[in-house]
Amino acid sequence: MQSQAKRELLALYEEPDQAADAVERLHSAGFEDNDIEILSSTPYPEGAFGEGHTKHRLFAFPFAGAACGMAVGIAWIVGAQVSLPIITGGKPVVAVPAIIQILYEGTLLGAVLFTVLGVLFESRLPDGVGLYDDRISEGYIGISVMARERRLPDAQIALEEASPIDLLSKEGSLMHAPGTT
Amino acid sequence: MQEPVVADTKTSNRELLDFVFAWPAWFFAVGGALNGLLVAAFVVVILMLMFGLQFLGYSHPVYWGFLIVNFVFWIGVSHAGIMVSAILRLTQAEWRRPVTRAAEVLTIFSLLTAVQFPLIHSGRPWRTMYWTFPYDWNRGAWPNPRSPLVWDPSAIFTYLTSTILFVYVALLPDLALARDRAPNPVSRAIYGVLAMGFRGTTRQWRIQTVAGLLLSAIILPIFVSVHSIVSWDFAVTSVPGWHNTIFAPYFVIGAVHSGVSAVVTVMIVMRYAFGLKRFITRDHIDSLARLLIVVATVWLFFFLLDFFFGLYGTEPAEVDTWQRRLVEPPWVVIAITFIICAYIIPVPMWMFRAIRRNFFWMFVTTILVNVGMWLERYMVVVPALERKSGLTFTYGDYAPSLSEFILVAASFALVILGFLTFSKLLPIMPAADIKEGQILADRIRVGRANVPAAMRE
Repeated sequence: MQSQAKRELLALYEEPDQAADAVERLHSAGFEDNDIEILSSTPYPEGAFGEGHTKHRLFAFPFAGAACGMAVGIAWIVGAQVSLPIITGGKPVVAVPAIIQILYEGTLLGAVLFTVLGVLFESRLPDGVGLYDDRISEGYIGISVMARERRLPDAQIALEEASPIDLLSKEGSLMHAPGTT
Repeated sequence: MQEPVVADTKTSNRELLDFVFAWPAWFFAVGGALNGLLVAAFVVVILMLMFGLQFLGYSHPVYWGFLIVNFVFWIGVSHAGIMVSAILRLTQAEWRRPVTRAAEVLTIFSLLTAVQFPLIHSGRPWRTMYWTFPYDWNRGAWPNPRSPLVWDPSAIFTYLTSTILFVYVALLPDLALARDRAPNPVSRAIYGVLAMGFRGTTRQWRIQTVAGLLLSAIILPIFVSVHSIVSWDFAVTSVPGWHNTIFAPYFVIGAVHSGVSAVVTVMIVMRYAFGLKRFITRDHIDSLARLLIVVATVWLFFFLLDFFFGLYGTEPAEVDTWQRRLVEPPWVVIAITFIICAYIIPVPMWMFRAIRRNFFWMFVTTILVNVGMWLERYMVVVPALERKSGLTFTYGDYAPSLSEFILVAASFALVILGFLTFSKLLPIMPAADIKEGQILADRIRVGRANVPAAMRE
């Protein structure tokens, strides 16, 4: 009985057209967008390789962060003034005009911190498990497929038909190309 | 229309990482000289801690001198960096690509330098913790949030943290590039940890784009608040010459003027020092110079408005302060010098395309702007405190001491050293951003002209 665990293949292409061709062939072979990763050293316009729209919730993070930042700001600023009340000429102990600055900074700091956390979360970082090849940073485009053992030959055929310069698995190059890592 | 940078990926990688992986002799010479200045400043600070603020020449009534002037100046320089970067990202201007990283890094190091000065100026830096940190330290005394002494650190901390994170997020793809191109296993491991396994997936690039826009949109209001709050250090006091409602926008636009000029200066130096002639072109300097013409003119408007408001109220103390600033020696010389340097020489020169596209003249004029803007802050801070009131025992003049000159020189050394060190360790140009520009660069025929087509301008 064959293993049901997924294995990854990574093909490197010289031209974006070849990479787009590989993605199309993978789709035709029945692979979903979730199984395919396109790796490049440059941000190509969305859809350049025929991939679907990337869904994310990054826009929600700054709002959540801003709310938390404002809450912390209020807690600190009101707490500080109530803990050590400075009575000045009948004015309220918690003076709104004087605390607006701190609330403003707290709100924006919270928004920035949560946005950055959101970037890491939505980018799936830290990531140390996927296949990668240094040649991608030289301009080659990598198409990676996650496939079950029984579907691996289909994926390999689809990738090879688009003329890659190299095809890699965890064990090494399947094409025995020079310079493979 | 901007001419796109065109080079293949390998050439771009090599040229953009050249300085990161090379060790030119001049780096050690310049670094050594800058460190020498920092050591001198360290000695001055130690002596100040031993003998008190009078060692720096501070005495009643002028307690705010070079140190606070320098604080305002570097906060100002820190502003343009992020402003230029954030606005260009939000408007998706094609020519932003080589400019953004240098501008952001300049922000970080000028902000870190600015922070040193109120700490030194406090005379007992460790005590600032009691005044600003939200904890009672078992003394029953919490910080007073009604004071700018609390507003300032909260704004600067927010700005510094945001800027560092902004730079780090944008740096992730370039850290991955440095990891892949690292010449030895140690640097590869370090860049690898910092890159957090960034592989350049479609999702990661999409998030990078959205994050750049989101963070830019959040950082812009922070940038406005920081220099506004710095201006309120002055404006919320009752000192004539400072107590002015337009100080916040006046300070912010002054900060943009000096900061954008500093970005131009830095870019021209980078072009030659780091061998980035292909990436920093006359188009970039030209575009920034056009921006500077607008910024400088708005700044002049606010300066004149400040002057007008000072005189229009016919408040004797206010008029007296302006008389000291603009008529009495030595202030009259400083006033004339600053207005000539910050506006009268540079702006008419920038009207000419040939000057805007000339690296030498842009270098000279932007340096002049920052000389002028430093003097402007000096003129705002000191004469207001020197003003003679009805009480003769409060009379007193201020003359900067040698120690203060050393601290000012060291502040420039600290910013330059910080920038140089960053450039040595990390790519100072956003490689991924530049390469994206190359992908989007194409040429189309319009009539008989063959012009670059950009998706965004």
